[in-house]
Amino acid sequence: MVYSDVIRQRFRSPRYQGSLPAPDAAFEDVNPLCGDRIRIECRIADGRLMDARHRGDSCAICAASADLLVELVLGKAVEEAASVPVSTLLERLEADIRPTRMKCVTLPISVLQGALEGREVAR
Amino acid sequence: MTLDEQTRADFPILRRIVHGQPLVYLDSAASSQKPRQVLEAMQSYYEQTHANVHRSIHTLGEEATEVYEAARDAVRVFIGARFREEIIFTRGTTDGINIVARTLALTLEPGDEILVTEMEHHSNLIPWQMICRERGAVVKAVPVVGEGVLDQDAFGRLLSPRTRLVALAHVSNVLGTINPVTDMTRRAHEAGALVLLDGAQAAPHLALDVAAMGCDFYVFYDLPWRFEPGTPPIAEAVGLHAAVVYLDKLGMARVEAHERALCRIAMDALERIPGVTLYGPRNAELKGAVVAFNVEGIHPHDGAALLDERGIGVRAGHHCAQPLMRRLGIVGTLRASFSVYNTAAEIARLSEAVQSLRGAL
Repeated sequence: MVYSDVIRQRFRSPRYQGSLPAPDAAFEDVNPLCGDRIRIECRIADGRLMDARHRGDSCAICAASADLLVELVLGKAVEEAASVPVSTLLERLEADIRPTRMKCVTLPISVLQGALEGREVAR
Repeated sequence: MTLDEQTRADFPILRRIVHGQPLVYLDSAASSQKPRQVLEAMQSYYEQTHANVHRSIHTLGEEATEVYEAARDAVRVFIGARFREEIIFTRGTTDGINIVARTLALTLEPGDEILVTEMEHHSNLIPWQMICRERGAVVKAVPVVGEGVLDQDAFGRLLSPRTRLVALAHVSNVLGTINPVTDMTRRAHEAGALVLLDGAQAAPHLALDVAAMGCDFYVFYDLPWRFEPGTPPIAEAVGLHAAVVYLDKLGMARVEAHERALCRIAMDALERIPGVTLYGPRNAELKGAVVAFNVEGIHPHDGAALLDERGIGVRAGHHCAQPLMRRLGIVGTLRASFSVYNTAAEIARLSEAVQSLRGAL
């Protein structure tokens, strides 16, 4: 089953979708192969990720992955938040993700890393 | 007997079960399935005849040359070319376009223009962008307007004495639009430009007459001798020959009529489903055998994965036509495409499955 209950629920009723006023860090990126676009905005204080929100235009797997990722990293030290392994997300998604859809899972991770490393959004 | 009743048994792959359901293969525009006759011709070539062509002085070499050249003759007749020397075997449409582009690049000068269209596949876009960047030439694009047709007035305005070549899809791989290539070729020639037609989506579906079209290059599977260095794809040419014989036997007029009927049934059925948007000409007479569509709230990749769970194979995404996607304001579409083996019952299964998509996630 590609679409687990976790993916369906997170896609239908995301908990961390939206934006933050005047975020301390933000990044967005697009997967050119499928067109998925994700933006993540972060509030950082004392080296910790205090709050974060994601939004974009993506498939259900990518949206669910972004929502779970934000939940996983809230309150964590910035270095730790920037190094969530893919395996952790895959476990939480409870789905049989095929290799062709793996980028859908990993895009939010690289976007969060971009935000936390202060990368510029490519125009 | 309908065409699918006649052909279906020739395609062993259609007996596959996918996720517990009989396969419904609706992705022929990406790659069509091969009938037994083609598979057997290629296998028999490798088992009995294979050698290099045009140079090996021994029995197999002579036989391989013979079958390879016979394929060239068959293709010439099939597409209505005048001379056998006009048929060049390449490794595919993309390879063929690149050969023409690399050759044109040798005489391309700064300020020269190449005219493409907004509905081109990346294969008929990127080679031109690359050579223009190298040579200081310019790529211009004819806009897509209305239901997904080319703006003919804009085409007239964009043609100039600087236009060296017009590169144009015969049939759009997304919208299915059949472009008025004979007329556009005539106008391009009047402006002094060469014309390359990308026939990847037309060749196995429409009756072709490239001499009447008047184009300089018609690229589908294949494109003068000087372009066939080394060991050419001989078995593929043999397979193509068998495919041409197969299609000829069916009759291209019947092939067109069958695919057009499926296209019409599919558009009628999908249009009635709430939340479904169709792209491209609504009149089946004006288009090739593809139907692009979206379902509200469902990303095309999710849609395709959910359809796959029901054994239905469709294409999803930008179809390597990103300029067109930007023009339509979407990230991608689902796309069902049809061939001689598809049935009305398969379209019914597609339609039923699409109905279930909206609430599926």
